[in-house]
Amino acid sequence: MTERIVLHVDGKSHAIAVDDPEMPLLYALRDHLGLANPHFGCGLGQCGACTVHLDGVAVRSCSTPVSAARHARITTLAGLGTPEHPHPLQTAFAEEQVPQCGYCINGWIMTAAALLKETPHPSEAEIKEGLSGLKCRCGTHLAILRAIKRVAQQA
Amino acid sequence: MVHSQPSQVSRRDVLKGAATLVVTLGMAGELSVALAAGPAARPAPTADQLDSWIAVHADGNVTAFFGKIDGGQGLDVAVAQMVAEELDLAVARVQVVMGDTARTVNQGGASGSTGVQKGGVTLRNVAAEARRVLVELAGLRMGVPPEQLTVSDGVVGLPGDAVKRLSYGQILGNHPFDRQLDWNGKLGNDLVAKGKAVPKRPDQYQVVGQPVPRRDVAAKVFARAEYVTDVKLPGMLHGRMIRPPAAGAMPQAVDESSIRAIKGARLVWKNGFLGVVAPREWDAIRAAQMLAVTWSTPQPPFPDQPSLYDHIRRAPVVKRQVEAEKGNVEAAMAGAARVIEAEYEWPFQSHASMGPACAVADVREGGATVWTGSQKPHYARDGVAAILGLPPEKVHGIWVLGPGSYGRNDAGDAAIDAALLSQAVGRPVRLQGMRHEGHAWDPKGPASVHRIRAGLDQQGKIVSYRFESKGLSRIDINSHESHPSDSLAGHLMGLPLQPHQGFGVPQEAYDFPNRLMAWETIPPLLDRASPLRTSHLRDPVGPQIHFAAESFIDELAAATGSDAVEFRLRHLSAPRDVAVVKAAAERAGWQTRPSASRRDEHGETAAGRGIAYVRRSGTIVAVVAEVEVDRQSGKVWAKRFVVAHDCGLIINPDGLRLAIEGNIVQGTSRALWEQVNFQPDRVTSVDWDTYPILDISETPQTVDIVLINRPEIAPSGAGEPSMRPVAAAIGNAIFDATGVRLRRVPFTPQQIKAVWA
Repeated sequence: MTERIVLHVDGKSHAIAVDDPEMPLLYALRDHLGLANPHFGCGLGQCGACTVHLDGVAVRSCSTPVSAARHARITTLAGLGTPEHPHPLQTAFAEEQVPQCGYCINGWIMTAAALLKETPHPSEAEIKEGLSGLKCRCGTHLAILRAIKRVAQQA
Repeated sequence: MVHSQPSQVSRRDVLKGAATLVVTLGMAGELSVALAAGPAARPAPTADQLDSWIAVHADGNVTAFFGKIDGGQGLDVAVAQMVAEELDLAVARVQVVMGDTARTVNQGGASGSTGVQKGGVTLRNVAAEARRVLVELAGLRMGVPPEQLTVSDGVVGLPGDAVKRLSYGQILGNHPFDRQLDWNGKLGNDLVAKGKAVPKRPDQYQVVGQPVPRRDVAAKVFARAEYVTDVKLPGMLHGRMIRPPAAGAMPQAVDESSIRAIKGARLVWKNGFLGVVAPREWDAIRAAQMLAVTWSTPQPPFPDQPSLYDHIRRAPVVKRQVEAEKGNVEAAMAGAARVIEAEYEWPFQSHASMGPACAVADVREGGATVWTGSQKPHYARDGVAAILGLPPEKVHGIWVLGPGSYGRNDAGDAAIDAALLSQAVGRPVRLQGMRHEGHAWDPKGPASVHRIRAGLDQQGKIVSYRFESKGLSRIDINSHESHPSDSLAGHLMGLPLQPHQGFGVPQEAYDFPNRLMAWETIPPLLDRASPLRTSHLRDPVGPQIHFAAESFIDELAAATGSDAVEFRLRHLSAPRDVAVVKAAAERAGWQTRPSASRRDEHGETAAGRGIAYVRRSGTIVAVVAEVEVDRQSGKVWAKRFVVAHDCGLIINPDGLRLAIEGNIVQGTSRALWEQVNFQPDRVTSVDWDTYPILDISETPQTVDIVLINRPEIAPSGAGEPSMRPVAAAIGNAIFDATGVRLRRVPFTPQQIKAVWA
């Protein structure tokens, strides 16, 4: 049975028709709304490539049912900041030249953004703990940590 | 981005402005360029025409057409620097188009770290020729002999004359060069093209050697980068493949009514090729999960995993190749004061790319277009053409960045799968794998056993050396994707595997007076559609061979009571190699002493350091690793690395450092954690939980990189060489810390606890 669901994404509201309310939010964003972000990495909540914010909390959109997001404020990486008004993490990730293939980058920036909101000046151990479990296959770990520490050390 | 109906676009269309140049401004100075398809259909570019490589636009900016691709190591920037250098043009004014079969010549795609070493060198040649022709044309126009003219940021002028000045745009803007090049007649990595111009001398370089920033970074951090997963076409369906539950199983019966409830879901089934399509991606995924299939139950083809290495030792040899032979190894061994022998083992490893591969195909009557993340798009195009029964020139391959690569991963299969689905349903199809297809069904890096013997004289010098590898071939599946028998779909539709035979031997410069180095391959474990079929994985067979070779050198040093650096230097005389080993040791503050001679028996962790040194196709690398091993858990933290790296002329030091960092981290992951697990009938490493990689919490504290620039030596590769010494450096450091020698990768806590009390 088709159900109408309204999603609030990056400051805009969209009504979509879904057959399966258990459909992960990821497919609503990518397929119904045509966004190029977030990315499908595993569909199992193991990697973070699909991370978005629901009311400021980092969640894995591949394993969050679309029906659970209907009243939330959804923020994607594109909505976190723009080249004109970048989030400090986006500036830092660009300056540190972090991404190689870059497919994982949602996970790191969106998770770190949520972390920094809770803990603006985390220690290196807190950063590592907060990001543990996210995956980067190209091995840009050192650059990721440099970029986040750069923001964490800002006043 | 929505693509219009695709077509073939040539440089001529670009020059005429028939194609639309879409420029997205990201961070200041960074450009991301997508060239939307124009209307005309023209033959693909040929290597012997200057216009195939370089186009000059009306504003004097230049587009270079590069037949390789960059997967995120910044190769496109290095190529832009080489082109800008020869053209005397600001590097920001050089765009690089990569990997589109209608617009670039086949330079082999990403392959063997040859991006700069081979691909870039031809771009340098053609850019030098373009400058020569532009100056010649300017001279004719101004009535000045070309040798009197100079070029500054794309303006040709007569020094001291404010009037005699012409920009590249004024000289040629939007018109073809129409000049022939000398071409060696080869395609792929070995293609060489050049004109009459002689490229600059290194001492004239202004742009080469500078830390020019990457161009793709801003688009990626602002979610504006287009990946192959983002390609959308009008009328496109989403596809998913259904892989056999057991290796070698074939579908016997398929109940299409099992997916009838899903809107628009359709079945595509031919022999073992089994997929579904649906208008919505989630519906395609549900249909793939719900489809009722009766599978055959073949004999389990694989050995028990614990007996894998015994299987390799016992298996018949398909091919033996002696790669190097010098002196008389056995006679020298017989006369040696001491003979030492050891064996090392390396497991199957997976590309485990960040996202499962994706491809979009639009197969029409008499032609097709395929958007692929394959790192060899020209060969992927050839493979799609072959399976569709079309001539290659009727298939347009468009490379779009994929979700990770590192060799012949699942992208090569996705392109062919998508094409077959599109052909079957008569609509464009976007196919992406599920997670298990990225882990369990990608071609694997081969498992192997390495046996090494050395004879030492009274003074502890190696007088005889014998290195033999035995393992699965590195190329059951050719790393090129041009033949369907190298694809999963080909196998599933009935083409038998035609395994190629290849492995390798160590690359170093030790002065052993007698040496023999050979490899042997064994038969594939399953003759078609095997989830353990092998192909290239970053630095193909380099990590396993050099894990063995450089662990063994360390064992010899320890056996003779020698320091590991001093022992290596005792056997090295090649000046660049000596300099690299010394540079790593010096930066690391290496203390000269035998390894494992200063162990702390009581702390919570045991600390140690180890070194490994390698060559790879002209590049020389030494790595010092410092580790801490947790006494309680057996867990290893590779805490610090020092890397000394000599790849000849450095094009971009920042890009080089970041590429090396990535290799060190991925190499550490492979050494500490990675092995593909399997049962006799299936691969059981199907996701990140069952195939763990290095976590961010395990990141080294520092990777200290010493770049040795040798402008007088042609640039060699840097994309992979620093991967190969990592496992040995860590293993040698673990030995120093614990006194325990690990001869099998990965160095998991379980393995360490089992041998280190």
